[in-house]
Amino acid sequence: MALHTLAVLVENSPGVLARVASLFSRRGYNIDSLAVGPTEDPKISRMTIVLNLEGHALDQVSAQLFKLINVIGIQEMKPSESYERELLLVKVGSNGAALDEVAKRYGAKVVEKSENSVVVELVAESDVISALLSDLKPFGVKELVQSGAIALEKGVKTLTDRVRDEQGLSNPEEGNIGESSTADYQN
Amino acid sequence: METEGFFVDGPGIFRAELERTRRERQARELSEKVTGAQSLVNSLEHAGVDVMFGIPGGAILPAYDPIFDSKIRHILVRHEQGAGHAATGYAQATGRVGVCIATSGPGATNLVTPLADAQMDSVPIVAITGQVPGPAIGTDAFQEADIRGITMPITKHNYLITDPDQIPAAISEAFHIASTGRPGPVLVDIAKDALQKMTTFTWPKQRVLAGYRLQLDPEASAINDAARLIAESKKPVFYVGGGVIKANASKELFRLAELVGAPVVTTLMARGAFPDSHPLHLGMPGMHGTVAAVTALQKADLLITLGARFDDRVTGKLSTFAVNAKVIHADIDPAEIGKNRFADVALIGDLKRTMVALVPALEREFAKSRPDLASWWKQMGGLRSTYPLGYDHPAEGLSPQYVIERIGAISGPDSIYCAGVGQHQMWASQFIKYEKPRTWLNSGGLGTMGYAVPAAMGAKVGAPDTPVWAIDGDGCFQMTNQELVTCAINKIPIKVAVINNESLGMVRQWQTLFYASRYSNTDLHSKRIPDFVKLADAMGCVGLRCESRDDVDATINKAMEINDAPVVIDFSVHRDAMVWPMVAAGTSNDDIMIARELAPDWGSQEL
Ligand SMILES: Cc1ncc(C[n+]2csc(CCOP(=O)(O)OP(=O)(O)O)c2C)c(N)n1
Repeated sequence: MALHTLAVLVENSPGVLARVASLFSRRGYNIDSLAVGPTEDPKISRMTIVLNLEGHALDQVSAQLFKLINVIGIQEMKPSESYERELLLVKVGSNGAALDEVAKRYGAKVVEKSENSVVVELVAESDVISALLSDLKPFGVKELVQSGAIALEKGVKTLTDRVRDEQGLSNPEEGNIGESSTADYQN
Repeated sequence: METEGFFVDGPGIFRAELERTRRERQARELSEKVTGAQSLVNSLEHAGVDVMFGIPGGAILPAYDPIFDSKIRHILVRHEQGAGHAATGYAQATGRVGVCIATSGPGATNLVTPLADAQMDSVPIVAITGQVPGPAIGTDAFQEADIRGITMPITKHNYLITDPDQIPAAISEAFHIASTGRPGPVLVDIAKDALQKMTTFTWPKQRVLAGYRLQLDPEASAINDAARLIAESKKPVFYVGGGVIKANASKELFRLAELVGAPVVTTLMARGAFPDSHPLHLGMPGMHGTVAAVTALQKADLLITLGARFDDRVTGKLSTFAVNAKVIHADIDPAEIGKNRFADVALIGDLKRTMVALVPALEREFAKSRPDLASWWKQMGGLRSTYPLGYDHPAEGLSPQYVIERIGAISGPDSIYCAGVGQHQMWASQFIKYEKPRTWLNSGGLGTMGYAVPAAMGAKVGAPDTPVWAIDGDGCFQMTNQELVTCAINKIPIKVAVINNESLGMVRQWQTLFYASRYSNTDLHSKRIPDFVKLADAMGCVGLRCESRDDVDATINKAMEINDAPVVIDFSVHRDAMVWPMVAAGTSNDDIMIARELAPDWGSQEL
């Protein structure tokens, strides 16, 4: 088993998160994290799903996801070919220069500081976040909250481009246009 | 009816969206104001619906007013489960989309079983449900159930509509999604106030489904790879599933099978896809398949898989299934490829087109070399003749297999046969000879007891001139027989053969084999109660009873003569008959038994 990250473009329609969640629960897929947010197109949302599974199962998960009518495109975000980030907010119980030192080493931001607590923020890759957390342990971690990973492909290509290419739609204006007829569904 | 325009699947979404808004605005200005309910009924008419099965209730009631005036025939059922299975029976018999309609809450939840059933067997049906008014949604209002949430995992897609303007598009999409690609059920839940509000009806000229893309033509390179594998194979088998029937591709299968000359097996969902009388046919594989069909898959070096899904009832213990076989897997659903079994060659596409494309590719390969299948056929033909399906006549009482065999022989291959779930289903699959697609209807994937009577009703509505039989168990029959009232009142003269073994026979068989004959809660006492003949009579049907072998033909013939009322025959059969052959659940197909503690004599077979 290993972690794999999928970027999934979905229609921004009600219930779409439930559909994805329902699919994962029904098929017994193991979600490590899930993040959903808007995209450059208000009609489309983007999910980043981190899954714990065997490599060969990934095709099956993608195929099942793709069967959902509201799923527009899927792409695996390979670590070497994408930027992957998580956000950490952590409340630590002690103050002092040593803590500032640790935060600085990680490029983390100290967003609040009072006598008995400090809130530290870090945007980083998952393993960096884990490392910071273990270095913060001695200071007394009182509470922490972490987002799921989000990922963006390196370079000029975008997921929307890829989705179009996959369709063989060199010109996105064309679409898959067909005549409508009643016989269409009454064959 | 509007038939021109364009529809967009996939991300042509951007221009399409603009175009749609423009056209819709134009059309709207031209059309008059109607209620959402009227818009729904107009939409269903535009979608080509000729019949729907349903029951009204509060939330859907606004729709029933325009239904009253519609040219669509509405058949008032006695239970929504019946409406759902009737839609399925109609769809499976005709290839058209079946439609059922119900109210919110309990009406909708009563559709859950038939929706799950249609999902498992890839049947194109559309279910319309009323929902509590939009503002009441989420308040635990009277008869509120989140049917969209409930049916997400058991539909191909579903909708909750709270805006009347969205009704035509939702209906148009629902029919498109249900009937294209891998077919399946689609539910459209509509809030009551959306049905009541005023809107304008415009049948959408285009459909924008950005995430719905169909691959209809398999890749040419995959076709060539498949042809090469077939040409190289010494022990190929056509493993034919229900997809061939869905794709209306029986003719293409016939051509392909004859070209290759390999053995053909048809799964429970594919019975009728290839004629039983054809010399290439080895019968049904799987848990209760023929020794020849099971063994052919098991010993093959190549499975030419057409619209089948490596279901556990076919493969037995997966890790021991067809271990020496390469796999060609043709399916319209990419998610089936590699789901249960690795595919050496994947042919994703419409099966008809796939098979049409395979023929010239194979002819090219065969021009170079043609495999010699003689020794493979010697083995398989030997198994077929050594281990034909059979049964015994008991010393006392009637053999259920005989009854079913006679129904098939007398009513013939042009009739439609629906089965319930249990022993009688397996016997109906084994002992009726199917020659044509869409003549065998059953609940294969979900195994839904109670399927037969309502499905037969739906099939008969779709094929009124065809004799339609429900071969049912006494257990199954008691789950949904109230639809006989619907049949009697609406002049839907189906014929029901209750194979009355006074038991939940299939469960009893497992108790016999695996639970030391401890018959916990499988005795139905149905030779005593109810009296099926009286029950039939009470429901406006003709009730007949048959208890001896000598009366079987005469009783069936009598039923064949009655065409103005449904007929129910109570065939009182002996309860100890068992379904053979059998591959016990979770075991290997290699361990197929032809009778209790009796395996085929592999020693005499060179495999
Ligand atoms: C709705 C439902 N409940 C329970 C079962 C489990 N089950 C499978 S076969 C069977 C017995 C069916 O009995 P009957 O209709 O008399 O048919 P027979 O096996 O005797 O031919 C049962 C209970 C099922 N398949 N469906």
